[in-house]
Amino acid sequence: MHDIRVTVNGHQESASVPATQTLLEFLRDRLALTGTKEGCGIGECGACTVLLDGRPVTSCLMLAVEADGRSVETIEGEAVGGELSVLQQAFVDAGAVQCGFCTPGMIMSARGLFQRNADPSDEEIVEAIAGNLCRCTGYEAIVAAIRLARDRLNAATAKGDRDGT
Amino acid sequence: MARELTYVGKPVARDDAVDKVTGAAQYTHDLGLPGMLHAALVLSPHASARIASIDARDAEALPGVRAVVTGKQLPYRLGLYMQDKRILAEDTVRYQGEAVVAVVADTLETARAACRTIDVTYEPLPSVLDPREAMEDSAHRVHPDLHTYDHMEGVFFPKPHTNIAHHQKIRKGSFEEAIAAADVRWTGSFDNPPVQHVPMETHATIAQALPQRRMELWTSSQSPYTVRHLMSVCFGIPHASIRVHVPYVGGGFGGKAGLGLEPLAYVLSDAVGGRPVKVVATREEEFNMLPSRQGLHSTVEIGANRDGKIVALKATYVWDAGAYADYGVNIGRAAAYSGAGPYCIDNCWIDSYVVYTNKVYGTAYRGFGHLEVLWGIERAMDQMARALGMDPVAFRSRNLLKPGDTTITGEPFTPGHGNPQQCLDVVAEAIDWGSPPDSPDDAHRVRGKGLAMLHKAPAMPTFTSCSAVIKLDEDGAADILISGVDYGQGTYTVLRQVAAEELRIPLEKVHITWECDTAFSPYDWQTVASRFAYMGGNAVIEAAQDCLRQIRSVAARALDVSPDAIVCEDGAAFPEGQPERAIPYEQLSLGYTFANGNSIGGPVIGHGRYIATGLTHLDPETGQGLPAQYWTYGAHAVEIEVDTQTGEIEILNLVTAIDAGKVLNPKLCDGQIVGGVIQGLGSALWEGFVFDENGRFLNPAFVDYKIPTAKDIPRRTQRILLENPQPGGPYGARGVAEHPMISIPSAIGNALYDALGIEFTTLPLDYERILRRIRERTDAS
Repeated sequence: MHDIRVTVNGHQESASVPATQTLLEFLRDRLALTGTKEGCGIGECGACTVLLDGRPVTSCLMLAVEADGRSVETIEGEAVGGELSVLQQAFVDAGAVQCGFCTPGMIMSARGLFQRNADPSDEEIVEAIAGNLCRCTGYEAIVAAIRLARDRLNAATAKGDRDGT
Repeated sequence: MARELTYVGKPVARDDAVDKVTGAAQYTHDLGLPGMLHAALVLSPHASARIASIDARDAEALPGVRAVVTGKQLPYRLGLYMQDKRILAEDTVRYQGEAVVAVVADTLETARAACRTIDVTYEPLPSVLDPREAMEDSAHRVHPDLHTYDHMEGVFFPKPHTNIAHHQKIRKGSFEEAIAAADVRWTGSFDNPPVQHVPMETHATIAQALPQRRMELWTSSQSPYTVRHLMSVCFGIPHASIRVHVPYVGGGFGGKAGLGLEPLAYVLSDAVGGRPVKVVATREEEFNMLPSRQGLHSTVEIGANRDGKIVALKATYVWDAGAYADYGVNIGRAAAYSGAGPYCIDNCWIDSYVVYTNKVYGTAYRGFGHLEVLWGIERAMDQMARALGMDPVAFRSRNLLKPGDTTITGEPFTPGHGNPQQCLDVVAEAIDWGSPPDSPDDAHRVRGKGLAMLHKAPAMPTFTSCSAVIKLDEDGAADILISGVDYGQGTYTVLRQVAAEELRIPLEKVHITWECDTAFSPYDWQTVASRFAYMGGNAVIEAAQDCLRQIRSVAARALDVSPDAIVCEDGAAFPEGQPERAIPYEQLSLGYTFANGNSIGGPVIGHGRYIATGLTHLDPETGQGLPAQYWTYGAHAVEIEVDTQTGEIEILNLVTAIDAGKVLNPKLCDGQIVGGVIQGLGSALWEGFVFDENGRFLNPAFVDYKIPTAKDIPRRTQRILLENPQPGGPYGARGVAEHPMISIPSAIGNALYDALGIEFTTLPLDYERILRRIRERTDAS
């Protein structure tokens, strides 16, 4: 067993974990953060995507001990104070959700994209979610949702600049 | 004059979206119970073998292992239409991937570790992998005891002592005479490989065996009542002793329509004294243990006159059922009565054989049977048109079903069926049919256009039914209880719109219970076949009307007028023309109280139901009869660009028209159509199981089995929804869920011929297959 300290959605978590436990198992089974899904367990579908120090990773392929001393963000941290994030609201508005099983991973991949690129092109959006499989939506609405979130975030930034805030 | 609709037909956002974007939505994968144990499985490495011995001593000795269960302990046979399956293989394994041993342990890791210690000795048996070979007299019999199996009598006809689980015949007119007299004849063969549904949530079930042979199940299923019924039949337990919960479901597409892991999870819980046991399929098990779409080999023969009229059509469909055909037999049946496409064929002869082989077994998959048979029919239509020197649109138009025609089962085609011709016309116009594609910039790239028709009716028993309950709350809001499952289609949102429309209350005041629970949710057959919005919609309309009857009755007494004089509007009841006397629903929903305290009425609970009407079994010899509650027609047109150096296809534009009857929610309808189209693209371009000569499944993972990704979406897609109303449909609607994926491969295959002049008959149309044919032609010239 290994002692780890991980910041998860802003909270400091300390735990003793087996060396073989994946980050996904740690999040789901230990912390009961079941919003992160397992779609394949071998890094091929993206359903388990979370952010590690701001970068999207497939948590089924990472060990919990690798997250020691680092910061993890999951879908549960996306809405703040009960308010949907701009990305979440865009997914609702654009009709980007069907069965919803891929949705948390999609949103985390998109969040990771925005953290490194505030104004992604359509091609960059597609590239960012190319590793997230969805069987229901045909992706069009998901791409539209991320585009919508981009535009809303940029409009809010522009307004903030104008308002001097 | 009809009242303008307030909620129906509006692009309402889905009910469940917020739960799903926040991670709050709980799927079976996410659930746990106190004391719950976990199971893992040992799968057969052989396609056909006798199980000589199973040595599980090491597994049983492993700390944390609670039970090891084998097929010998489970004398049950199960299945929906054909009871041909075991929970675990008993004496023989019939496909590579079949479950042989199950281990229950405290943790999944322990269960898996225990499985690795189990030593199963197999004696390989002869096998049969090709369904056509399986039809030969000398073929290995996958089920030597087929003649003893229970099945739905009068509907399915297994042939004793063969590998044929069902033979569906369609006989109309006189094919032999008509084909002999035809001016032009065309014959060809087509192949579809088996494919996987790929729900993002793999199958998962938690079962708890309770005292007195009762059980409770939480399961990722499309059909809670069918699960309950089949469990009842399998284990000889009364229905009321079985409680099935279905929480959020992460996709189904037909793969979760029948029985999945439920019987296994139950016997495992029973084996550990009733502790709950969770069984979750790995992605590999989803591919190679759980059912897929059946493969198909089809042969199509068409005769037509010089004027373009088809005078005769014969089709032979040989379905690769795999090792079990419990659901597959119904696909062979449905595909036969749809098996000539949406055309008027007076002389038709179809044989549809569902044939056992030693491969992973088949089940329903979105539009079952139709994508497969129309891969042949719609390619054949283009070929026949060419043989006649006719334009494919003109040729189809000459033969499409029109009012006054009859289908191949003798059903009269009426205006209420919708308008296939209009579907064809609008996609042809949208793709600018008749003008050649623009020339690509690169010399090694070529373009082509193609189109294809589609049709499907719900394939379901003649007695299929559905029911709904609506309860009114203290605040006059409504709660819908129904047990069809919304596993992503959006039907629950649509049912809320329907209830709000009928009850005359704001949409925000209509709620639907997301967890289906057979203890509380009223009966529905199965959530399959694009029939939930239709049947559930009708049941909800009737339930709402029942509520309104109760409201009017109480309001009439409160207002001292006749119930007939009461109208309901804006969440209140009042005598017609006197809205100032309105009593809001919240003063009626639990009963009405007069000023002096006297009370009347009581809680308003409405119920509604719907049952398929007028359907008949098909005549076993001719296939004549009425199998369809309604038909949905559509068409796709596509423009593609092919890279002749790589074989890569790019979809430039893909236009889909569907005659929806009435679009109940344009936003959800559009989303469902795009999703279906892209799933169809998967079947067209990438997806297909690959087996080696020993029946070993070579590509049970996403690295080797490609489904469409975000990078694969067409440059442009378009939807055109027609609204020629369906008599009997809720607000005139008919089902559209499965249809978008049907005939996508056909349209692309036709476009590929247009681009390259090469006839492809086998799916998928992957780069390698295309490039090989291009090179063969180059080498030959």
